[in-house]
Amino acid sequence: MTSSVATRPQQPPPARARSHRSIPARLLVAPSVILLVLWMVVPLAMAIWFAFQRYNLLIPDNREFVGFANFAYILTDPTLWISIGITLVLVVSVLAITIGLGTVLAVLFNQEFPGRGIARVLAISPFFVMPTVSALIWKNMLMHPVNGLFAQITRGLGLGAIDWFADFPLLAIIIIVAWQWLPFSLLILLTAIQSLDTDQMEAARMDGASAMQLFRFVVLPHLNRAIAVVAMIETIFFLTIFAEIFVTTGGGPGLATTNLAYYIYLKALLEFDVGGASAGGLIAVVLANIVAIFLMRSVARNLDT
Amino acid sequence: MATKQSHRWWIPLLGWLVACLLFFPIFWMFITSFKTEVAAVATPPQLFFRPTLENYVAVQTRASYFNFAWNSVVISLGATILSLLLAIPAAYAMSFFPTKRTKSTLLWMLSTKMLPAVGVLVPIYILARETGLLDTRIGLVIIYTLINLPIVVWMIYSFFKEVPKEILEADRMDGASTYQELVHVLLPLALPGIFSTALLSIILSWNEAFWSLNLTTFDAAPLTAFIASFSSPQGLFWAKLSAASSMAIAPILIFGWVSQRQLVRGLTFGAVK
Repeated sequence: MTSSVATRPQQPPPARARSHRSIPARLLVAPSVILLVLWMVVPLAMAIWFAFQRYNLLIPDNREFVGFANFAYILTDPTLWISIGITLVLVVSVLAITIGLGTVLAVLFNQEFPGRGIARVLAISPFFVMPTVSALIWKNMLMHPVNGLFAQITRGLGLGAIDWFADFPLLAIIIIVAWQWLPFSLLILLTAIQSLDTDQMEAARMDGASAMQLFRFVVLPHLNRAIAVVAMIETIFFLTIFAEIFVTTGGGPGLATTNLAYYIYLKALLEFDVGGASAGGLIAVVLANIVAIFLMRSVARNLDT
Repeated sequence: MATKQSHRWWIPLLGWLVACLLFFPIFWMFITSFKTEVAAVATPPQLFFRPTLENYVAVQTRASYFNFAWNSVVISLGATILSLLLAIPAAYAMSFFPTKRTKSTLLWMLSTKMLPAVGVLVPIYILARETGLLDTRIGLVIIYTLINLPIVVWMIYSFFKEVPKEILEADRMDGASTYQELVHVLLPLALPGIFSTALLSIILSWNEAFWSLNLTTFDAAPLTAFIASFSSPQGLFWAKLSAASSMAIAPILIFGWVSQRQLVRGLTFGAVK
């Protein structure tokens, strides 16, 4: 196959053939584009439409246009602001843990040591565990105040047990989500480190740079972009953490772990307040879009067509 | 940098310590699945015990585990096949016949991923209810196809870009039609890439836990939703939870190990290679 290619004269295909082909090419892209347009536009348009209506699924007949009343109601609801605050705490702390530790671990796993391949496979495994499983494993078998492993260990040391989900519910969620996502940042940052120019490292080492200096002035600048990408992708996921809260705390105790996603879920599928939930949903869309703009810029810079 | 053998003794130690700590919850769940319910909550925790398979049997006989597993299989395979059928022609056209708008089309597709699911929870819930797709496998297949389509298009696009253009052009000279070219030349060449794209799509669909929790109750509930049903507080159920969880994550864990590399490409939209 390759030899037949090599002997063939290199010439562009005739112009007629190319223009002939450009029409089916567009047709091949069309189904994907049309479906994604529908997926983007229809639900969003419905959300905007509902957001301006009083509409409760339990009393569907009592439905009317109410202008900005839903937004006024949602925006003056202290619960919304609490949930936005909790969302921000969740996003920022998990980002700090996963990126901080992820960078260190990426450097560690970039060193050659016996069994590195297997160690790396073990380390990234949590990312492939479905969220409901990881949340319940942590909640029951590790963090349970009586029979959980942590409680057994600390009690064994005579320190007493921590009731994680009663006393530090948000911290417990942060730990679970960080455990799930640390492998993600590790994997991506490790990939980025491995693309580092070895000559440059060697040159710096020859010049007598210490390991710390190498990290600070060669590795870290090289990782900048990858860290930014990890941060943005994670932010988009962390803005709407749901399953981990759903199966562990149910947003409680009180509102201690009610993030924006869970708040909207409560409005939508427990109170059946379609108007309010839609207005809240639009707020989530706006928040996510702010992050998305930065992410798309970063992706666009790297895309060559 | 450091693919050179390091002489510092603590690096392998630290590497293995970190790996074991991160993997420990999965390991602990796995061995708990072979304990009796009494042993699972014993003080002090037991590392050595007489293993039993009773939990694996109980999970199936009492909770019909395989119905949920079958839902997971059907939904993730269905969504993956459907998105591949949509994405392969689109990626083919975009990588070999790019126009001025190709780049912006690709970026726009990726941007649909940024729409937070919770923002459209209500409309999708109502649409599903009105069309009778609530708690059906078809409903989730449609949603997962649309969620994963941008990533699948992007990955296949990037794999197609790696196929040398000369091979296709040679074939075109021989008078191959678009269809022949796609099926007989391009697909065999890009098969490893398409395979890892499919794996990523299966992983993402299998583990998805927002729409599955909100749009299914029983009939179409996949494993994510089944495991969530263990969150009710009463009773001793850790060993059974562990057995069900071990079965639920085992295939995906293996897929994940196989496709680590391509995962980076897919999940960062190629921004990190």
